[in-house]
Amino acid sequence: MAKYSMHLLVCGGTGCRSAHSAKITENFKNELDASNLSETIQVIETGCFGFCEKGPIVKIMPDNTFYTQVKPEDIKEIVAEHLIKGRKVTRLLYIDPEKKEKIEDSKHMGFYRKQLRIALRNCGFIDPENIDEYIAREGYEALGRCLAEMTPQDVINIVKESGLRGRGGGGFPTGLKWEFASKYQADQKYVVCNADEGDPGAFMDRSILEGDPHSVIEAMAICGYAIGATKGLVYIRAEYPLAIKRLQIAIKQAREYGLLGKNILGSNFEFDIELRYGAGAFVCGEETALIHSMEGLRGEPTVKPPFPAESGYWGKPTNVNNVETFANIPVIILKGGKWFRSIGTEKSPGTKVFALAGKINNVGLIEVPMGITLREVIFEIGGGIKDGKKFKAVQTGGPSGGCLTEKHLDTPIEFDTLIAAGSMMGSGGMIVMDEDDCMVAVAKFYLEFTVEESCGKCAPCRIGNKRLHETLEKICKGNGTREDIELLQNMSRVIKDTALCGLGQTSPNPVLSTIDNFWDEYIEHVDQKKCRAGVCKDLMQYVIRAENCVGCTACARVCPVGAISGERKSVHKIDPAICIKCGACIEKCKFDAIFIQ
Amino acid sequence: MAESRVALKRSEVEQLKAVCREFNNDPGELINVLHKAQGIFGYLPAEVQEVVAQELNIPVAKVYGVVTFYSFFTMIPRGQYPISLCTGTACYVRGADKVLDEFKRLLKLDVGETSADGKFSLNCLRCVGACGLAPVVLVGEKTYGRVSPDQVREILKEYGYEV
Repeated sequence: MAKYSMHLLVCGGTGCRSAHSAKITENFKNELDASNLSETIQVIETGCFGFCEKGPIVKIMPDNTFYTQVKPEDIKEIVAEHLIKGRKVTRLLYIDPEKKEKIEDSKHMGFYRKQLRIALRNCGFIDPENIDEYIAREGYEALGRCLAEMTPQDVINIVKESGLRGRGGGGFPTGLKWEFASKYQADQKYVVCNADEGDPGAFMDRSILEGDPHSVIEAMAICGYAIGATKGLVYIRAEYPLAIKRLQIAIKQAREYGLLGKNILGSNFEFDIELRYGAGAFVCGEETALIHSMEGLRGEPTVKPPFPAESGYWGKPTNVNNVETFANIPVIILKGGKWFRSIGTEKSPGTKVFALAGKINNVGLIEVPMGITLREVIFEIGGGIKDGKKFKAVQTGGPSGGCLTEKHLDTPIEFDTLIAAGSMMGSGGMIVMDEDDCMVAVAKFYLEFTVEESCGKCAPCRIGNKRLHETLEKICKGNGTREDIELLQNMSRVIKDTALCGLGQTSPNPVLSTIDNFWDEYIEHVDQKKCRAGVCKDLMQYVIRAENCVGCTACARVCPVGAISGERKSVHKIDPAICIKCGACIEKCKFDAIFIQ
Repeated sequence: MAESRVALKRSEVEQLKAVCREFNNDPGELINVLHKAQGIFGYLPAEVQEVVAQELNIPVAKVYGVVTFYSFFTMIPRGQYPISLCTGTACYVRGADKVLDEFKRLLKLDVGETSADGKFSLNCLRCVGACGLAPVVLVGEKTYGRVSPDQVREILKEYGYEV
């Protein structure tokens, strides 16, 4: 990196790429060539910066200028003004929503101020397709130290001491898992990286693989050394083409540098990594199902024990960890277990990556110390609720989690506190909802997902969730009764107690937590047939406000089913029996004369 | 699911056999073989599954079981312009369901169907991870972000949709 005086970091994560960031990189290269600057200024396409709401993002180093929502057309101006004349393009700077001031440096943004990046340490800093940049930031130093100075048991001890818990959702202590796998003797053992991120709304694993693939490769090799495995497999979603490509490049480079293969770094240790593609099945996040899928079978889970540590891939001892868990490992080895424990809380040390999404101002990927409160995450980092609306709930843990409300805002975020509050950490999805979201419909949405994703092997999950979904549908259609709510609660408990795997055991959580926290809304749906958020179509009625209606006939003409009647210049009427609630009339009315009841 | 019988050309059968050989005709590689096969044919009709089963020496039922288990595999040919809507939670709370309804209404298609002229197919995805752009629509490789129902017609027009 030495010969360049300036670096232009362009976000190449999936979010920014969808907004043409690849074109931005190309335009930069062309403009720099045209101005004879390509020798002194380097353009680097990095991984995700996290601030997806304001993407595409361009960061200029060393002056740390952080440009947001950059368009390919803006590049000419950035080069001419900022790079040549040294004047920042102020219209592209981030504007603080409260103070209305322009902020040049990301360090001073509310979004970044409270973050602490360990797993995401390199995302947005380095070129993920260049191993040298990873090495320049202490990459592969941890692996070197393990091989040269530590026994496998030493490695396991550090991970145990750190208190690192599985970031995929379960929260099982990683060190213990490694120790179990190390105890079993076999001619072949496997290290598996679970990159089958199926939780809708969570994209941290993909961002890590896209932004810093070597950290995962290094950690898998360290794990191989610790448990005595020579083969590693990454089970990755086929829907993540960019992550796959960058991982393939990284594996190839690591082989060329002798960091994978035989006699790694001159030692006797041998380790290599292959990719296995998932094909879209949420249940494959469960480790036994994942292993079956890697063997070319339907991804159905099996009863544990035996745990994969004893009998996993092709019956051999296998250790499965999630991407984010692995990304923490190299830092833990270098800085020590005590250092890691000093971050976060006693029972959940370290940091956690969350994907903030939904009705929140700053959608994006954040990494925060455990123990931070939901209020800090949503209102300080997330910048509060979109369009000044009122916060209603935050859904954590995806389809296995629950909805937390106002009263949970000051709860510290940890594995155990979230479970106690009726939700769970999950892989770190955080969907924020406002007053316009109907909680019964949200529960129905998650059940729809579970019904579709249930593998069908055990009856409680296959049949029970379907019944839950039907009952919720009945309530949303206005045919529900109080007994139905009771039925939902009972059935949920039975499913939780009797389902075979993690998917079924947690799938009723969205139902139970919305009933607990939004009891009034359920009651309104069944007693008064009312949906206060105006989401459940069948409970709504379109009505014409007589005092506003001028009789222009616009609504009657646009109505596709002829439900609106009335003479010209007289008040119109909507026949609820014919109305299909498409909303076309509301859009057409210029006099604000139609409303939803 | 609609049954689609197609006759494979001899060259296509050979191509498929070559894919199986690439993976040493190993039944453990079934999913990888199917990924490649779908890459070639665009979908996995019964005939393709039969050849794969024969080559890997496993029952066709097993191949069918795997194909129908995973949402990535499809037995219906996709349209010339495959339309995929993200229905992840972030897109859902930002109105993806209304966008989907508009696509369904205009194309007169249900999710998982392909139009009679083979031009459009409609599918749902579970989170493409571009939650900052929610709701997200993909047409082929092209991404449309922050889509509202009234933009749907404009998007379709780009691909030659006529009312």
